[in-house]
Amino acid sequence: MLEVRGLHAGYGQVAVLRGVDLDVAKGEIVALLGANGAGKSTLNNNLCGIYGPTAGRIRFLGEDICGAATDRIVDVGLIQVPEGRRVFPNLSVQDNLELGSYRRGRKNRARNLERVYGIFPRLKERMNQLAGTLSGGEQQMLAIGRGLMADPELLILDEPSLGLSPLLVEEMFGLIQRLNQDGLSILLVEQNVVQSLAIAHRAFVLEHGVIAMSGPAAALMNDPGLKASYLGM
Amino acid sequence: MLELSILLPAILNGLTTGAIYALIALGLTLIYGVLHIINFAHGSLLMLALYGVFFLHSLFGIDPYLALPIAAAALFAVGYGLQRLIIGHASHGKDENILLVTLGLSVIIENLALYLWRSDTRTIDTPYSFEVVDFGVAFIPVPKVIAFFGALLVAALLWLLMARTDLGRAIRALAKERQGAKLVGINVEHIFAMSFGIGCACLGVAACLLLPSFYVSPQVGHAFVLVAFTVVVLGGMGSFVGALLGGLIIGVTESLGGLFLGESLGQLGIFLIFIIVLLFRPTGLLGQRA
Ligand SMILES: Nc1ncnc2c1ncn2[C@@H]1O[C@H](COP(=O)(O)OP(=O)(O)O)[C@@H](O)[C@H]1O
Ligand SMILES: [Mg+2]
Repeated sequence: MLEVRGLHAGYGQVAVLRGVDLDVAKGEIVALLGANGAGKSTLNNNLCGIYGPTAGRIRFLGEDICGAATDRIVDVGLIQVPEGRRVFPNLSVQDNLELGSYRRGRKNRARNLERVYGIFPRLKERMNQLAGTLSGGEQQMLAIGRGLMADPELLILDEPSLGLSPLLVEEMFGLIQRLNQDGLSILLVEQNVVQSLAIAHRAFVLEHGVIAMSGPAAALMNDPGLKASYLGM
Repeated sequence: MLELSILLPAILNGLTTGAIYALIALGLTLIYGVLHIINFAHGSLLMLALYGVFFLHSLFGIDPYLALPIAAAALFAVGYGLQRLIIGHASHGKDENILLVTLGLSVIIENLALYLWRSDTRTIDTPYSFEVVDFGVAFIPVPKVIAFFGALLVAALLWLLMARTDLGRAIRALAKERQGAKLVGINVEHIFAMSFGIGCACLGVAACLLLPSFYVSPQVGHAFVLVAFTVVVLGGMGSFVGALLGGLIIGVTESLGGLFLGESLGQLGIFLIFIIVLLFRPTGLLGQRA
């Protein structure tokens, strides 16, 4: 459903992505792995229209979305849960969730709200609390919930386990797997290699702005190169 | 000790003026809260609105209160266009540029008004201009009573808009978290312009409520905008309830100042309050710490 070819992007004169190829098929969890600063978030933000790529092609569900505006990309169902959550701190939990369907999924708002509160009962308990006063883990739930409110075709999760306690990280990966089993396609961007590969179908490894390795998750798990550089084995 | 019979009318009068101040300040604080723009053109846009309402009355015989939807819509359109076509482009994301742009706009608008309409002070006559309402403790002119309740009503509607609609949520969301806003599909340029437009629409309403008991001249905006800035700082930059309370406080202060110090020094109290707030509570009554 997502097809990225030869993507180049950066910030001003600084090139970060230098010809990235990547694809996600419907129903998959695809992991995008890479060290800090590899360019993972840069890739996400170019997919979602926050920045415009300098060269390359991005197709999503058959449409060319390369360089399109953020609202149009939301329209076609490519939804990102960004690194650092980026919830609206001055709005209540409920308002944050409702804004998740500001552009897409508005018809299903009530139903999706029910569903999100079902997945995250914690959020329901805190529905009138300001998002800025939630704990890090709760904010991450809220960010994911907000993403789900848009009826995503593909959900990009940028380091959802960042800053969570080990127990919560465990829960987070379990949740991602369940969402996928319910039919959601997911691009999981992570530094947490082992746990990501454990739930992903396929994976890509981004290094210095290019895809250094890719393949089925199970195969990568046993790849000597990956073991050496990311798992210290 | 002053008689209550003198004090109470002054307070009631102050409240009616204060509600108008609040309305003007609401527009200012909305624009500031979302775009972080201190809109120096606010006063000249109010002046434009007053002329608009004046001419609707003198040329077409439209009562200022009936002109309210027209004035609000027109000012909304002007504000939306200004932000989308001029301010947004000229600013390049730099606050000091925006400052100069809005300042420049106000100079242009005012001089245009001076050129077109001379510096004469104009007023309108309505059947109710000299009617009063008896509040027991004081007689208050009908236009002022309408202005008071009208301003409060509009403030309440604005609050509902901000609290209960997706537009309001989007405006508040964008004020604090631009990237998150983009990721839910909020069109940043559009919502910025909507905020500016709504802020200006407040001026259209204020003009309609004001004109029956006031006047219009090319410089009429100055007095209001200075007070509105004070209200915004007093209430806390970007705070809605703050602007409302601040407006009423300032209105009463001015009125009582006029009573004790004489009409011409009435505004002295306002600036005393302004300085005291800046010294002891720089974030304003209801403002958040940065
Ligand atoms: N807004 C930005 N402006 C300039 N450089 C940036 C910006 N964001 C990220 N970078 C740089 O781009 C590179 C890739 O960053 P990023 O995409 O955030 O990596 P990752 O998400 O994989 O940790 C880094 O060298 C980072 O310093
Ligand atoms: Mg990142």
